[in-house]
Amino acid sequence: MNATILHVDGLVKRFGGLAATDGATLDVRAGEVHALIGPNGAGKTTLIHQIAGSLAPDAGRIVFDGADVTALPMAKRVHAGLARSYQITNVFGRLPVLDNLALAVQARSGGSLRFWRPARSERARYDEAAAVAERVGLAEKLGRLANELSHGEQRQLEVGLALATNPKLLLLDEPMAGMGPDETARLLALLQSLRGGLTLVLVEHDMDVVFQLADRISTLVSGRVIACGTPDEIRAHPDVRRAYLGDEIA
Amino acid sequence: MADPVSSSPLDHRLRKVPALVLLAALVALPWGLQAAGHEFYLALATRILIFGLAATSLNLVLGFGGLVSFGHAAFVGAGAYTVAVLMQDGIASAWIAWPAAVGVSALLAAAIGAISLRTRGVYFIMITLAFAQMLYYVMTSLKAYGGEDGLSLVSKSFVAEAVDLGDERSFYLLTLAVCAFAFLFVQRLLNARFGHTLQGLRENETRMAAIGFPVFRYRLAAFVLAGALAGVAGVLLVNQSGFVSPSLLDWHQSGLLLMMVILGGVGHLYGGLAGAAIFLLLEELLSGYTTHWKFVLGLVLLAVVLLAPNGVMSFRRRK
Amino acid sequence: MTGILVLEQSLNGLQFGLMLFLLAAGLTLVFGIMDMINLAHGSLYMVGAYLIAAASLASGSFWLGLVAGVAGTALFGVLLETTVLRRLYERDHLSQVLGTFAILLMCNEGVRWIWGSQPMTLNPPPALSGPVELLPGFSYPAFRLLVIATGLLVAAGLWALVTRTRLGMQVRAGASDREMALAMGVNVRRLFTAVFGLGAALCAVAGGMLGPLLAVQVGMGENILILAFVVIVIGGIGSVRGAFIGALLIGVIDTAARALLPPLLERLAGPAAASDVAPALASILIYVLMAAVLFWKPQGLFPAHG
Repeated sequence: MNATILHVDGLVKRFGGLAATDGATLDVRAGEVHALIGPNGAGKTTLIHQIAGSLAPDAGRIVFDGADVTALPMAKRVHAGLARSYQITNVFGRLPVLDNLALAVQARSGGSLRFWRPARSERARYDEAAAVAERVGLAEKLGRLANELSHGEQRQLEVGLALATNPKLLLLDEPMAGMGPDETARLLALLQSLRGGLTLVLVEHDMDVVFQLADRISTLVSGRVIACGTPDEIRAHPDVRRAYLGDEIA
Repeated sequence: MADPVSSSPLDHRLRKVPALVLLAALVALPWGLQAAGHEFYLALATRILIFGLAATSLNLVLGFGGLVSFGHAAFVGAGAYTVAVLMQDGIASAWIAWPAAVGVSALLAAAIGAISLRTRGVYFIMITLAFAQMLYYVMTSLKAYGGEDGLSLVSKSFVAEAVDLGDERSFYLLTLAVCAFAFLFVQRLLNARFGHTLQGLRENETRMAAIGFPVFRYRLAAFVLAGALAGVAGVLLVNQSGFVSPSLLDWHQSGLLLMMVILGGVGHLYGGLAGAAIFLLLEELLSGYTTHWKFVLGLVLLAVVLLAPNGVMSFRRRK
Repeated sequence: MTGILVLEQSLNGLQFGLMLFLLAAGLTLVFGIMDMINLAHGSLYMVGAYLIAAASLASGSFWLGLVAGVAGTALFGVLLETTVLRRLYERDHLSQVLGTFAILLMCNEGVRWIWGSQPMTLNPPPALSGPVELLPGFSYPAFRLLVIATGLLVAAGLWALVTRTRLGMQVRAGASDREMALAMGVNVRRLFTAVFGLGAALCAVAGGMLGPLLAVQVGMGENILILAFVVIVIGGIGSVRGAFIGALLIGVIDTAARALLPPLLERLAGPAAASDVAPALASILIYVLMAAVLFWKPQGLFPAHG
């Protein structure tokens, strides 16, 4: 249960002269909630992109569930159990919530080179999608078009899409982005409910959320992880305090 | 237990009753035209069906797949040329030539798609255009296959003793049968897993990859299927006109196909058919009035682009 | 293969490449700054050639015709931009492709309406209609030298405009980052109209230069338009420098291929192959080149963006 499910080793990514990721190393244990924090410009999203597979690193390794996935394309990583959600909502706006989730469920079972049988007839798929909707709190909104949802509901769908792929590890890029206090509380409850079988890695700015949720925290500064530990350890860490100039963590 | 959403944009209903009525009307058309004394319009009706098929095949990649392909005429031409070349070499049997033609179109689409689909947006448009032009120049230069003048068919393809494709009515009915089957195939395809995947790729390609779909594979499959269907249209076209030339492949033709799709409705099941009908009827009507009917056609297209970007069919769909 | 032949073909290639540049420059700027695919660009070239031919015929002077035609085409371009084309800037690529295709059809038909289906003759100025002896034993048509000179002059002028003037700076800013340009207070509407008018003028100059060499006829813009697209894809969308290098490359390669492939193939595979395959090969070589560039460098050789 405490085995390392994700091991990022010396990842480097340069854009022109700038090293957005500069030798980042981190370990995530199976079943934990691992938060990634850092000041603006630390390279958190770039790191997420590389772990998810949408950006190729210039150097370093990513080992997921025992396998080296550094060169594996994004779609294959999803099949291996590594799913991500986006900081800026990236759903299927013109499709109903149920269809959004059904597509994610469909991806899992492969074999989409089916030409004849109507997809509608595969009830099992839709049932699963509805179950995911239930889990993320969108059971009442199955028929609503995604771009007609409120911002908070869209963020819920955002998580739902990643969840529907039945992942082992969920990468969440600022799930609370742009949410008011009620919505944040709701999503926080959702994330709490996901603990257990699932490993969560989340990038977040909202420190309340981070300290409530995280088992361990890694701090990213200038593309490198400078500290990793429990919330208390991080709160007291001198390097972390210095990086934040003492204002966020007090 | 959840029911799939009844009005999901991913599903395209055939609407059985109107479809059957339409089919019945189309079957009865030859006799209807004869009774009204307008028999010579049967050829036009056949042309509409053939181009309806070609436009529907384009709509598959364009409207449902989200790819602006400016080289689709190449696949129509490939189908047509295969039949013509085989006939020149003595093979007139439709049972051999027609599947061969579809195969050639599909292979061509696989080759062009494998390279083009690695690009995006504008570059995709350019590269599909370039490939189509390449084929055009190649066919123009190959003297063995008629070069610029093209090839004539000595006879129609041979289907069976009882079916004489030289008879307009028989040809029309055969075309109707082929197109009806093809259309049904496309409809089933769109509603099946493959169709949902294709439309998902149109809606949000990045997210599709992020939930685990191998994007390139599905796009290529769609491209090849569309190419194959276009090849079927080509087969019918060369049999109707008895003739194929490189001008069938040039980019104007691809542009006209795109025009038909947008006239009829991008991403609508009946869009290709409606668009072909509108275009060819308009052409027929206008060319009776003025030799400069292409100008009016251009104007109509411009108006549609500016005012009804999703084509005529979109006026019917509820927002 | 004699040195003279090489020299002659090089000059031909240079000449063609420079004219291709005139078309490609306008196209790449419109594409790079307004993010618009303009299939009607070749129509501006055609309209330019026709206006110049008509004006030359009416005035009896090539030079007067050239000036009048270029001015007329620039005006036509501006009119087109302000009435129709600016509505397409914000639209998706399909709409742009079809909208400009519609304009292409209308221009073709419009030209046919006004001037008929027969090609128009555009005669070079009498002073330049003969050959000039460049080297002992090597004569080259004077008019083609004019074309080269014009091309180089315009290229230099364009370079000066883009690098030395305020307008040029705005153009470069717009090509690499439109939003930034907007934020810097550039009057975007006027800039777009100016860029389009400039592109139209360049097309007309090319039309006037190539008109006497090729034919002035309906649809003349289409083949060269596709080549211009190939140029900007290879050179990088939005980059005038890329368009220049790309155009010269394409011009030289295309000319060389057409001149060299037939004798080469004849030597290798016999006369049948030469007459059948060589022209096809020469025609498709450019497209193969483009496909290859897109495969390895999808942004072109000198992308303007980022």
